Amino acid sequence: MGSDRVVARFEIHSTRYLEPDGTPIEPLPAWSDDRDTLVDLYRAMVRTRTFDARAVALQRTGQLGTFASSLGQEAVAVGLGAAMQPEDVLVPSFREQGAQLWRGVTMTELLLYWGGDERGSDFAGPREDFPISVPVGSHASHAAGIAMAFQLRGEPRVAVCVVGDGATSKGDVYEALNFAGVRRLPMVLVVNDNQWAISVPRAVQTAATTLAQKAVAAGVPGEQVDGNDVIAVRTQVALAIERARSGEGPAVIEAVTYRLTDHTTSDDASRYRPPEEVTERWAHEPVVRLRSLLVARGWWGKDDEEGLTADCRADVEAAVDAYLHTPALPATSMFDHLHAELPAALAGQRAELEAAVARTDASAEGGHG
Amino acid sequence: MAELTMVEAIRTAMARAMADDPSVLVLGEDIGRDGGVFRATDGLLDRFGPDRVIDTPISEALFCGLAVGLGAQGFRPIVEFQFLGFLYPGLDQLINHASRLRNRTRGRLSCPTVVRSVWGGGIGAPEHHSEATEALMAHIPGLRVVLPSSPARAYGLLLAAIADPDPVVFLEPSRRYRSPREEVVDDGHPLPLDRCAVLRHGTDLTLVSWGATLGEVLEAADALAAEGVEAEVIDVSTVKPIDTGTILASVERTGRAVIVHEAARAGGIGAEIAAVLADEGLTSLLAPVARVTGYDTVIPLARLEHAYLPDVERILGAARRTMEYS
Ligand SMILES: Cc1ncc(C[n+]2csc(CCOP(=O)(O)OP(=O)(O)O)c2C)c(N)n1
Ligand SMILES: [Mg+2]
Repeated sequence: MGSDRVVARFEIHSTRYLEPDGTPIEPLPAWSDDRDTLVDLYRAMVRTRTFDARAVALQRTGQLGTFASSLGQEAVAVGLGAAMQPEDVLVPSFREQGAQLWRGVTMTELLLYWGGDERGSDFAGPREDFPISVPVGSHASHAAGIAMAFQLRGEPRVAVCVVGDGATSKGDVYEALNFAGVRRLPMVLVVNDNQWAISVPRAVQTAATTLAQKAVAAGVPGEQVDGNDVIAVRTQVALAIERARSGEGPAVIEAVTYRLTDHTTSDDASRYRPPEEVTERWAHEPVVRLRSLLVARGWWGKDDEEGLTADCRADVEAAVDAYLHTPALPATSMFDHLHAELPAALAGQRAELEAAVARTDASAEGGHG
Repeated sequence: MAELTMVEAIRTAMARAMADDPSVLVLGEDIGRDGGVFRATDGLLDRFGPDRVIDTPISEALFCGLAVGLGAQGFRPIVEFQFLGFLYPGLDQLINHASRLRNRTRGRLSCPTVVRSVWGGGIGAPEHHSEATEALMAHIPGLRVVLPSSPARAYGLLLAAIADPDPVVFLEPSRRYRSPREEVVDDGHPLPLDRCAVLRHGTDLTLVSWGATLGEVLEAADALAAEGVEAEVIDVSTVKPIDTGTILASVERTGRAVIVHEAARAGGIGAEIAAVLADEGLTSLLAPVARVTGYDTVIPLARLEHAYLPDVERILGAARRTMEYS
């Protein structure tokens, strides 16, 4: 018989600080002893939830295009957003509004984007952050490229990429992780493991026990956190980011959560998942969990909650108002950012469009008269 | 001054751009110590170091995506594909991201990258190594697609592609890599993108082509001259966007056009040029626009490759037929 020995082993650790009912599993990380820090996280989650609900309502009333709500997953996006430094770069998927808002993308910009206006991706705040990425998993390599830029320039900055559980089945995500491992890039990949990829459940996506272990094959550390526990998300993502910043290389963090609503406003999840499953998962959702801790610590009361509700509503309504009153894009703008300078060969087509629009406008005016 | 091969001219252009601009990087498979499978990056690692000449894993989708991230951060990555048949996994990145990042973000982020790939048949290479699918990429808004036809043109066009603030696909005809040689002045002067080059002036017939087949087209033009037909030869050079003005102006004078390309016929760039001639040049035409192209078949392996590629005889046949109309 030949020799037989174990040449590699791995373990995946999972972190949680708050039980679903908000009971702390002591000791909590020191940063969470600060009331304002925790309250800021709570506010950001409620703000995100308020925004999502309003966006869905806008879509239902024909005032917004398809929209992807993050209901139930606010702790993932807010936690990772809060773990980043302003100079880091976020490379999001399409369900990270909680992180985008934290980093200074405005609600108006998000509404413009989902309302079909490219200006929504011209963020006034985080100028280097990437726009939403629709082709699933395709942006992981962008984060690797950005991380490579930081490394080449010797800048202590980190690229943070977010993908879904479904995206981890794509080669793009593996190729990026593999390369990040080879070059020890300052890149953190957060997997929003919300159990569903439209109608495909996590079990049909992969036979792997965890998604975090997909990092192992690339020689990258991977771990899980309870994605409905914002303290766990923020703590573990911040540790990974700071390790990456100090040159210790990339990491994968799988945040286990649950999509409490439809995939997008175009989806009807009742076609493929039993309502009992969703009802059961409401008991684990992140907002009440953190509020329970705040209340137990005497840091939050009815007045605070009422004040926050009113603030969030006012913020969202102001953004909706700005969105609905944003002057229309000129049709010719479709030509104006295709290249740095319009190629001569396209000038004719641009003029053609301009003339077509002018004709349409003229006949519309004629119609009214 | 030196007589260089096309592959030497390409290497010289990259070295010049890297020396002039520290944001220029080269990425790809085997491009470091090995100097690239065609030696296009030979010596660059020693000269510019491993931070600027970067060997990647065999991850074609990845390196196009890296270029998007690096480009958005202000680098000018040059990505080398060993053969065009292996670029296809990177098409997702080119189509969905590189070509539209500027538009998606209203100019906030952009992707100043050059994707270089070995292109075309004629060297008896293995399967998947002889692709001429420039039309695939030319169809994508936001991408420039450039094909050099000679060492000096490769040098100048590559410098222009690297300097361009947007993504450029640069397709290098492998069968012109090693010959003929041509004098190339390494003076850092780019040649203009989006412009045809007139390689030979003539009044009777316009021959339009790009890339490797210009070799055969120029030979055919010589043979036609011996028959008393003076052909104008246009090197389209940038097949997206196309400088239709130069082509139309020539056909206005000659009244006759033969378009020659190695790629398959249906949906090829030749169809686009013929449509423009029909649309904007109809009144100048004395004869139907002819196309001499690869067939709508898979390019055969080495033994039948010559039967697929447009040769001088086919070009002459089309030119003579075109001249019969009066
Ligand atoms: C490459 C690609 N394939 C398919 C789609 C259509 N699509 C959009 S979202 C989605 C599911 C994504 O699931 P997951 O990665 O788990 O993210 P989640 O939507 O759950 O946040 C699919 C299949 C797409 N956008 N991109
Ligand atoms: Mg999912």
